[in-house]
Amino acid sequence: MGGVKSIPSPAISTDERSHEVDHPSSQVAHFGTEQPLRLDCGVDLTPFQIAYQTYGELNADRSNAVLICHALTGDQHVANVHPVTGKPGWWETLVGPGRPIDPKNYFIICSNVIGGCMGSTGPASINPATGKVWGLDFPVITIPDMVRAQAMLIDRLGIDTLFAVVGGSMGGMQVLQWTAAYPARVYSALAIACATRHSAQNIAFHELGRQAVMADPDWHGGGYADQGIHPHRGLAVARMAAHITYLSDAALHRKFGRRMQDRELPTFSFDADFQVESYLRYQGSSFVERFDANSYLYLTRAMDYFDIAADHGGVLAKAFADIKTRFCVVSFTSDWLFPTSESRALVHALNASSARVSFAEIETDRGHDAFLLDVPEFFDISRAFLQSAGKARGLTAKDG
Amino acid sequence: MSVQEVLPLSGVTTRSSGEYRADHVLVADMVKPGSKVLDVGCGEGDLLQLLETRGIDGRGIELSREGVNRCVAKGLAVVQGDADTDLINYPDDAFDYVILSQTLQATRQPRVVLENLLRIGRRAIVSFPNFGFWKMRLQLLIGGHMPRTENLPATWYDTANIHFCTIKDFVQLCDEINVKMERSVALDLYGRPVPLNLPWWVWNMFGEQAVFLLSRGGGK
Repeated sequence: MGGVKSIPSPAISTDERSHEVDHPSSQVAHFGTEQPLRLDCGVDLTPFQIAYQTYGELNADRSNAVLICHALTGDQHVANVHPVTGKPGWWETLVGPGRPIDPKNYFIICSNVIGGCMGSTGPASINPATGKVWGLDFPVITIPDMVRAQAMLIDRLGIDTLFAVVGGSMGGMQVLQWTAAYPARVYSALAIACATRHSAQNIAFHELGRQAVMADPDWHGGGYADQGIHPHRGLAVARMAAHITYLSDAALHRKFGRRMQDRELPTFSFDADFQVESYLRYQGSSFVERFDANSYLYLTRAMDYFDIAADHGGVLAKAFADIKTRFCVVSFTSDWLFPTSESRALVHALNASSARVSFAEIETDRGHDAFLLDVPEFFDISRAFLQSAGKARGLTAKDG
Repeated sequence: MSVQEVLPLSGVTTRSSGEYRADHVLVADMVKPGSKVLDVGCGEGDLLQLLETRGIDGRGIELSREGVNRCVAKGLAVVQGDADTDLINYPDDAFDYVILSQTLQATRQPRVVLENLLRIGRRAIVSFPNFGFWKMRLQLLIGGHMPRTENLPATWYDTANIHFCTIKDFVQLCDEINVKMERSVALDLYGRPVPLNLPWWVWNMFGEQAVFLLSRGGGK
């Protein structure tokens, strides 16, 4: 059998995925019509729900809550087995027993963002007005909208001030938005591999991904849910392109080089001769098992619109004027999606605001993805930053 | 490796008195409790840690990535940055004190850096190795080669220190840019203060390093 092997169809049925959308394997906070979510686009989203996971116990004075913000394709399952894929939590390197963010010390909260597809209201959810899936009728959301929704969840949990807000990439954007919008509610902020605005290059990559989704005939102008299908191929191509941006030339070379996949010689076809091709195809096909195509459009759009300075008269430092939050900013040398220069611009603005900030650039060849991987120096820094903040906050850490 | 990457780790080491370096203790003694301090070129954060034990809100800038990461891993508020290019990002009067410990001689523009220190901070504390120290003079005069000491062991071609000065030179610069010297201490080879009652030229001869507490001079 020669010829072209197309991207395999997902092993999980669409039904199983949509079950997580409406009835997530998580706790759910429902917000009725008396508590609408005011979106930046001018629409009130109501009713809506937020799916979230918690780990550890809230202490008596409610001062040990840590909010984890997930990245573009993450979800609330930060430190438990994923209900769809069966894989470990996406940030178990950082969050969990014995880790820098240990449920023994902190009450850890992670919620699925608004616009997501793992139980918080998004384009894959049912529009109560029509009884059908929202699809493209779902209002366009922004990073500030996501954070506004999280603040409503935090209110619901009876927490006034978060001890820490932590996130990487799109999660890092949410961390920064938290500090800009609710400075008094964030005691410390750990912003990793992120930026205060999405660069032109990053918007360009997102547009590529969205066009790949929209070019799939199964997308049906966003109305695929009504047809009982899902634009797997378009979404997989979007994921493949994005995945390249999460790595680095050096990491790809180290991992795959020009090595062949289960063969000695080229097949003179468009089959996945190279290991790197096979790897990318796998990344694409496994992603579509757990992610909704329209959700991908909405969340990438939210990142594109993100620009904290623009919301503060074009002066970034104004976003953080007189802020008391303790910041730790971390970047990785080989991250070309959110390069160190972006973190440095943030640090300069924080310095101009006389904020208390630590900034470390970590040497690694693993690209943007490094924040999710086993990078001991990053864990040491995260642990020390949170311990030092905890000491200042009067939290008593239980070591071990 | 860029010029300053070796600093201040191998720039200057001073004999320690007890747990902390003598010049660090001297600097820390000049800082009023409860103040807000920026340590420029904070190395691995030893001085910041000492200041923290005294309840002082300290921040740091350090050029070398290793130094920064070690500081952050100690829970210190330190950012990666360059004294020559990054001080400009700090607003006026952001700190009570800005400290430049054994780093002035490694900056490209010491005068601009000094001016920035006293713009950002209401006071500045500057320490530097004194090139007028008798051992230095003797090496040039008798040996005919660029001076090297236990504390400044690098050869002329690989030293990070590109702008050496003597105590006399530094005092002259302060006068030129209208900087007021509130306190000054010279330390001898053993980290002991050179007696106060001796004239300037003795300091310039027997001070192995000097520490100055500076503030903005009145308008001319």
